[in-house]
This record gives sequence, structure tokens and C-alpha cells, in this order.
Amino acid sequence: MKRSWYASPYALWMVLFTVVPLLFVCYYAFTDAAGAFTTANFTKIAQPMYLLVLWDSLRLAVYCTALCLLIGYPTAYFLASRDFSRAQSLVVLILVPMWMNFLLRTYAMMTLLEDNGVLNTLLRSIGLPGFKLIGTEGAVLLGMVYNYLPFMVLPIYTVLKKMDYSVIEAAEDLGCSPIRVVSRVVLPMSIPGVVSGITMVFMPAVTTFSISRLMSSGMVYLVGDMIEDYFISMNNRNVGSSISLVMLVLIILSIGFLRKVDPDNQGGGLW
Amino acid sequence: MVRNKRASKALKGTYLALVLAFLYIPIVVMIALSFNKSVSRAEWTGFTFDWYAKLFQSKQIMAALRVTLEVAVVATAVSTVIGTLGAIGMHAMNTGMANVLVNLSYLPMTTPDIVTGVSLMLMFVFAKVPLSKWTMIMAHIAFDTPYVLFSVMPKLRQMNPNLYEAALDLGCSPMKALGKVIVPEISPGIVTGALLAFTMSLDDFVISYFTSNTDQNLAMIVYSAARRGVEPTMYALSTLMFVAIMALLLLVNRRSGLENM
Repeated sequence: MKRSWYASPYALWMVLFTVVPLLFVCYYAFTDAAGAFTTANFTKIAQPMYLLVLWDSLRLAVYCTALCLLIGYPTAYFLASRDFSRAQSLVVLILVPMWMNFLLRTYAMMTLLEDNGVLNTLLRSIGLPGFKLIGTEGAVLLGMVYNYLPFMVLPIYTVLKKMDYSVIEAAEDLGCSPIRVVSRVVLPMSIPGVVSGITMVFMPAVTTFSISRLMSSGMVYLVGDMIEDYFISMNNRNVGSSISLVMLVLIILSIGFLRKVDPDNQGGGLW
Repeated sequence: MVRNKRASKALKGTYLALVLAFLYIPIVVMIALSFNKSVSRAEWTGFTFDWYAKLFQSKQIMAALRVTLEVAVVATAVSTVIGTLGAIGMHAMNTGMANVLVNLSYLPMTTPDIVTGVSLMLMFVFAKVPLSKWTMIMAHIAFDTPYVLFSVMPKLRQMNPNLYEAALDLGCSPMKALGKVIVPEISPGIVTGALLAFTMSLDDFVISYFTSNTDQNLAMIVYSAARRGVEPTMYALSTLMFVAIMALLLLVNRRSGLENM
């Protein structure tokens, strides 16, 4: 037996459990409950009510990605700078929460923000009025940033760490101000990491369903929640599939677009 | 100049400390509350292990723990075998074919979890397979295996190809050469891959949620409890899950170093 045949169980499993299921999504998206071909599912989700949910998801995912980049870039830059002798352990500390189940992290965040939660109790104890936090869009955004921040830091850090430090020193020697060193040397060289970070934050953010549901007790309704409802509570798999298909195409398109910005995939994914 | 440098270092340190505080305060508060006597999050009324005791008395949570472990163990075992064989096979293939398979392995990593979950659900429902821990296991194998594959592949590339040829020349059958030469050489990659697969499996919520109906894993319990509101037993459960994942990660990390994470 040829050695390449050892890969056949793997190939079979991947085709059967990743490719075939995706074909089922396409099939259900283009059929009605009786199994006849239709495009009604798509005309249904083209209504303003559905588009508004999609718009909200995209908007929140963009805000979340922007915030993660704003907070995460300096974090990665400082970690990669040579100022800290224990930088390696700091990196581990920042990455550890990434491995914690996101529901647990969201749950922990909920505890802080609830009406009678830790934050509001603290505020009241010093005589300030409490805030209504859970149920607002801000709470959902906070939950998302909290969950996805490490995914932005890691790829940027990896790229910056690999950067040749003498290039920065050369720029400094040639009279660059620190700000210009960052804008003319560091930023352009870290683009692959930024692209990779944006992908890793935006993709899960735009399809999240449990974070929004938990952080807003159902007040903020995103595409992920809609897909969940169609499959779990409403049992209308055809419409659910058409929404999933639209999301999948959207994500494949954005990955393709980001690949164009970073053709060699230098940023590397997590793996 | 020196003073300037010190100021900038202090500034960077403060910034990093703030980011760490943002990341850890919720976790620390949650762990602390799991030992709090009062049900209310607002006050600390004394130290207790009651919530942990309640946790172990709850039939539902213990059943979920069993499902979680069974699924993780079975999925890890199967995906380790399939993934290792897959890596060995792909290593022996011509590049064109191997590239197709590598791209296939990236597919579950780029598809959003929720779409993977509903797509599997559709297939199982269509095939009239009841959604239980068995369908959950099949789904977990599908997303675990690429992690094994990508842990084993680099070890194969580092291996001296002549070793295998030498074993064959010295009279080993191909099967025996595989077991005696290749597997021992790549075993660090296999173990790392298995640990990663196990961690991923323990940690999964979204895909399990859509592929199992009758059996719930721990993450699904956390989700349904969180939708009802916050309960201290869930803090205890979360704390234990956090500790378990940390222990596993330490193990993986000691093996592979952070750079490969």
C-alpha cells in the first residue's frame, strides 16, 4: 500500500463533515419547506427588518475591530519593545484569557455590569448613582472587545517581534523623531500582523450570537442571534440557511480582500 | 535622554498594567464570588465552599461533565489517529494533491463557528440522525483533526527521510517501519496535537450547541444558566473549568513553547 493512502480517512472525514454540510446549507437556502426550488428565502431576508439586523452586526463588528486595534496595537508594540525583561511572561498573561471559554469570559463581564452587579454596587457605595449597563449596545461592545482583544494583540506582536530592530535604530540614527519612526518604519512593517488581527477579530465578531444575547439580555439583536432563532426556536431552517449562506459569502469575500492586502500571509493565523 | 527613556518605560508599563487589569478583573471577581456566602454579588458575607458542594450534587451538571469528558476523549482519540495518518500520507504525496488537502483543512478554521454548527445540524437532520453526544463527537472530530494535522506536519518535515528508507532496506515491512521509525520520531507532535484537540473539544460551545439536542456539555449548561440570570454555582463551575483549561495549556506550552502556540 502506498503511504499517501494513509491520508484517505482524513480526506474522507473532512469532505463528509465540512464540505458536504456546507452543500446542505446551499441546498436548504434555495428550497422551501417542501423541498422545492425557491429564491423566496433571499427575498424575505432582503426586507428592511432583516437588513437592519445585518447592518447592526456589521456596525458593531467594525466598532469592535477598531477598538481592539486601537487598544491592541500599542499593547503589542510595547510588548515587543525591548524595555521589559519579563516581556515573555507578560505576553503569556495577555494571551491566557484567549483560551478561556468565551461564555465564561462573557459571564464574568456580566457579573461586573449587572444592575446589582459589582460595578454598580461600588458606584452606589461611594454615593454615585448606578448605571443601566446590561441591555445597552455599549455593554455588547464591551463584551466583544473583552473577548476578542487578545486575538488582535497576538498576530501584531508576532510580526513586530520578528522585525529587525536595527532598522529602527537606523531610522533613529538618521534623525527620525519617535513618532516618525512609528509612522514610517514600524507601522508599514507590521501591516501583515494588523491584517491577520483584523481577520481574527472581525470574523467571529460579526457572527457572534451568545455575547449579544447575554450582555444585552436580548435587547441587541444581531445576525448570529437571528440564525440561532431560525434554527433552534423557530425551526425554519430554510430562512436560517439563507442567512448563514449570506454571512459565509460575506466572510469569504472579506478574507479574499484581506489576502490581497497581505498576499504572502506573513501575519500568519493562530496556527 | 536617560530620564526620557525611563519616563517612556513607565508609561508603557502603566498602559500594559491597565490592559491586564481590563482582562483579569472580571475573571478574578468571578473566582472570588464563587467562594462568597451571599447569593448577591453586591456584598461579601464570608468564605464558603457551598457552591462547589452544590455543583457536585447537581445531577444535571454531573451528567454534562460526563458528556463533556466522553466527547473530548473519544474525539481526541479518533482525531489523533486520523490526523497523524493524514499528515504521514500528505507528507508522502505530491505537492498538488497535498495542497488541496491543506486548503481543505483550513476550511473549518475559516468558516464561522455558527455556520459550521448549523451546516452539520442540517446534514444530521436530513440524514435523520438524532442529535446526541454521538453527533457532537462527529462534529468535534471534524474541527479537532486539523489541529493534530498541523502539529504533526512540521515534525515530519524535520525528520530525516533516509531513516524510513534505511528501515525498509534493512528488511522492515512498511507497516513496521511506520511504527518503529516514523511514529517515535514524530511523537512530540502527536502528543501536542492530541492535547490541543482535547482542549478545543472541552472548550467548544457553538458547534456543540447546534449538533446536540439530548446531551448537553458544560458550556451549554453555562449558556442556558446565563440566559436565566447569574447563579453562584455557575461561578464555581466557571472557576473549575478555568483551572482545568489553564492546567492543560501549561502542559501544551511546556511542550511546544509559546512561539508555536
